[in-house]
Amino acid sequence: MSEASAIGTAFTGTAFYNYLKEHQLMGSRCPHCGTVYAPPRPFCPTCLAADLEWVELSGAGKLASYSIIAVAPTAMLEAGYGRENPYCSGVVELAEGPRISAQILGVDVAHPESIVVGMPVRAVFIERGEGEVRKTFLGFEVIA
Amino acid sequence: MAKTKLGRGVAVVGAGMSKFGAFPGLATRDLFVDAFKEMLASVDKGFDARDIEALYIGNFSSDLFEGQAHVAPIMADWVGLTPRPATRVEDACASSGVALREGIIAIASGLYDVVLVGGIEKMTDLPTARVTDTLATAADVTYETPAGFTFPGLYASMATAYMAAYGAPLEAFLRVGLKNHEHGALNPKAQFGQRISDIMEARKASAAKKGRPIPTWEDEMAFLRDERANPTIAWPMHLYDCSPISDGAATVLLVSEDLATRFSNAPLFVIGTGQASDGATHDRPTLTGIPAAQRAAQMAYTMAGVSPADIAVAEVHDCFTIAEIMATEDLGFFAPGEGWRAAIEGRTARTGDRPINISGGLKSKGHPVGASGAGQVIEIWKQMRGEAGVRQLPGALRFGLTHNVGGTGQTCAVHIFERR
Repeated sequence: MSEASAIGTAFTGTAFYNYLKEHQLMGSRCPHCGTVYAPPRPFCPTCLAADLEWVELSGAGKLASYSIIAVAPTAMLEAGYGRENPYCSGVVELAEGPRISAQILGVDVAHPESIVVGMPVRAVFIERGEGEVRKTFLGFEVIA
Repeated sequence: MAKTKLGRGVAVVGAGMSKFGAFPGLATRDLFVDAFKEMLASVDKGFDARDIEALYIGNFSSDLFEGQAHVAPIMADWVGLTPRPATRVEDACASSGVALREGIIAIASGLYDVVLVGGIEKMTDLPTARVTDTLATAADVTYETPAGFTFPGLYASMATAYMAAYGAPLEAFLRVGLKNHEHGALNPKAQFGQRISDIMEARKASAAKKGRPIPTWEDEMAFLRDERANPTIAWPMHLYDCSPISDGAATVLLVSEDLATRFSNAPLFVIGTGQASDGATHDRPTLTGIPAAQRAAQMAYTMAGVSPADIAVAEVHDCFTIAEIMATEDLGFFAPGEGWRAAIEGRTARTGDRPINISGGLKSKGHPVGASGAGQVIEIWKQMRGEAGVRQLPGALRFGLTHNVGGTGQTCAVHIFERR
């Protein structure tokens, strides 16, 4: 719990990304119905309970949907992506149940038809930027 | 207990829109004035605009698109309606569909008898990357955009989920774009009112003029399958699967039901309104439909006491071609997983048994996001009154429907109208 306290115990986006920086994929779990939420939620929408607890997720999952993006937003252009270097974003269904958005690595972006919904994936941590703007992003790579 | 009826009836007695397109040098207020003037002319028996008691203006992001926030009072001022209350409604691309609902509720409450609903957006002043960034603010910027998702990307990911679930081929999406361009070619207000075949001829003529090799395509589908002619935006969504970046405005005049015939020879009665909200795309029980649309539709059908089969004309939110296919299922026109077949079979064309987006839809007519929901009402108004000219659907159109989605389905507003 000491580590969690250092990062922040409230279920905020900041806390989620602070954990990612430590290469931990964290969600929240409702102690009443047992549902796991990722990204972490402060309220359980089923029970409307607010006493959720942090839970570390395995990072295992399967691809639920994807797109190969050629017209990139500014942040991805700055990361070197774009028309000449498209990338894959997708929704991953985690082994613990919830779904989450992330960049998908290890796929053949030149052949989108080769990517299959249901492919097993595992979490990776993508570092971008230097110094103060350095940030860790969630990614998943296809398990070969 | 949830209430399923309005406190009192509401009718549409006027509707008008600016042309949709790219208009350098014109601001939202200029486009709003165009729409307002056309609305005034559409009120059969005429009226004194000073009878308008309040304004509800849908707008997504004039702040980022134009550097101008607080736009509702400016619109009121520019058509001479200050000091009446003027309220901006923001629910992304569903802003003016929700503004319409707010206007309806305001009249149903008994507080007002005459309300002006509007929608405005001016998107073309920014370069494409900034427009992409601005549209992405309608998604969840904490948990969706860091994944690299753009708006086309999010809808494209629903498309891959849909393809995997139902075996839909890419052709289904291309058919929707082809069809909506066919429709838009009959709409003088459309931004891209050209058939795909017209665009092909223009490309050939342009190549010939520049002394370049003249491209050859066997047919429209070959053109749409050509990556150079129809480049990937976010696979499987290509350029002709995506609604354009647009400027435009639309206005709708609402009055209490008892006043309707004092204004209009042929009012449209609002018999159903529904609205629902939802979380981020990844957080929904399904990726192959939009739960908020299903719920909003159910609310509207229940209030109206009609079923999907009763709807004669519908304008749905085809920001991307996959969105139109999902909409036709979410609204109950086709069973889940059957919308793509209906698109390929031509059932959603003007000449089909379930005509969708006769205006050209957002794809061809244009998608000035905050104006699109109100813009849909203009087409329903024209069609149900028999004023749609060359694109007029045949027969008496008793029930019409509009379906306006915000974001990727964080908001949806559905309305049902009746001619009596």
